[in-house]
Amino acid sequence: MMTSMKRILRAGFLAFWRNSVVSVASVFVMTVTLSVIGSIIFTQVTLQTTLAQISDKVDVNVYFVTTAREEDILAVKTALEGLPEVAATEYVTKDKVYQDFRTRHENDSLTLQALDELEENPLGAILNVRAKETSQYASIAQFLETSDLLKKNETPIIDKVNYQQNRAAIDKLAAIIASSEKIGLFVTAILVVMSILITFNTIRLAIFTSKDEITVMRLVGASSAFSRGPFIVQGIMAGLSSAVIALAIFYPLTYWLAPFTTDFFSGLNLFSYYVDNFPQFFLMIMGSGIALGSISSVLAVRKYLKV
Amino acid sequence: MIYFDKVTKTYLDNLKALDEVTLSIEPKEMVTIVGHSGAGKSTLIKMLLAEDEPTTGSVYFESVDIHSLKRSLLTQYRRRIGIIFQDFRLLPHKTAYENVAFAMEAAGRSDEEIESDVPYALELVDLREKIWNFPSELSGGERQRVAIARAIVNQPDVLVADEPTGNLDPMNTYDVVQILKKIHDLGTTVILTTHNKGVVDSIDKRVVTMEKGKIIKDVKHGKLTL
Repeated sequence: MMTSMKRILRAGFLAFWRNSVVSVASVFVMTVTLSVIGSIIFTQVTLQTTLAQISDKVDVNVYFVTTAREEDILAVKTALEGLPEVAATEYVTKDKVYQDFRTRHENDSLTLQALDELEENPLGAILNVRAKETSQYASIAQFLETSDLLKKNETPIIDKVNYQQNRAAIDKLAAIIASSEKIGLFVTAILVVMSILITFNTIRLAIFTSKDEITVMRLVGASSAFSRGPFIVQGIMAGLSSAVIALAIFYPLTYWLAPFTTDFFSGLNLFSYYVDNFPQFFLMIMGSGIALGSISSVLAVRKYLKV
Repeated sequence: MIYFDKVTKTYLDNLKALDEVTLSIEPKEMVTIVGHSGAGKSTLIKMLLAEDEPTTGSVYFESVDIHSLKRSLLTQYRRRIGIIFQDFRLLPHKTAYENVAFAMEAAGRSDEEIESDVPYALELVDLREKIWNFPSELSGGERQRVAIARAIVNQPDVLVADEPTGNLDPMNTYDVVQILKKIHDLGTTVILTTHNKGVVDSIDKRVVTMEKGKIIKDVKHGKLTL
């Protein structure tokens, strides 16, 4: 068994080396395929990061009346945090709201003067609510409209919830994010399938040139495994070589693209992402290369082993 | 040892490549199968190697129907047959040594056996000097001698040579025939197909003549009289 494995490995390695024209063609096509797969990962990361950043900017603000007591507001906060749709809440006290208002209008002396003339703080506390998904704001808003916690002795403690006025924008954004994810997944699937088919056909063509060789192997008494083995080794070697080349190409490519992505995608540094996640990239690209090479070879050789 | 029992092979266009062929070959016999192109010689060899299935009839090797063998047993069976083709069919990316060694590796022989037997087999066919040459670096005659070394290195019970001299000049043809006779003299059953009258005459053993898929003549010691 070990001797057979050793012989298969040696035969595959020698054939890969000696049949250099076919090997180079296979490696070239597989490098393109693996580069496409790698690029798809980068595109997905960029898309996800961008969508996450956009989603982070969306929230719903609950404006409380000035008479709302802090413990009632905190009770609402606790109730909201108990909802599965809620990712985070932030309580801004009425004093903080007042300070923020003054800071925002520090160059508007008329407004500040008017504020100073009032004896009390006219601004109520605010609760910022962020949902896990953009599409979940509607159900959070519905909770806020119907919950008993929001009324004390039949007096509403909420002044307004800005969901309704932002609803059109939030719904549109939710639709854009959902569509972008679907389109991204669809394009990814198409590109991956196309790349795999191109690779498979290249390897099938390479093995087609060896079909007489496989017949001879069978006729001189080689078992199916012994005949198939060297071709699988060649496929794996093509996959490994292509993966190394593709990984090497990504290094300068992401370095070159990093300044553009950092500026354009709000701080996403593609080079840092590549370097930080290199082990995962290595496993993914190597794994894809080995799987593509070996599976394509097994399928392509199978046809000629029927002798 | 080998028995073709009413073997018929019909292809899709209803052309009968073999038509109820019955033929018996004894151990250690040397049989030359002759006939024009399309007579059915190569189809007969394909049936013997189980490279193709008969439409009707059976081929027996030591009383076992070879076309009913499972894949693993078929592989075992083929290891008992040495095969030589007209177009040599060497593995192009292997040296002469590696081509011969491949047959031994496929048969599961040890590295020690391979290291001792391969040079010996190549020496038998007078190719010791070119064992590290690739097929593309050898002449037609040399390639056929490598193919013969590959066919005999596992000491098969039967050596099948399908038009082994078809692509060779007279000098190389003579050499190949002498090697085949030598192998037969050492006790191997040899089945040879040819349409070369000189080859048949120089072997002077049993001659089976085929025409249009049928055996039309079978003589114990024959000269070619087509």
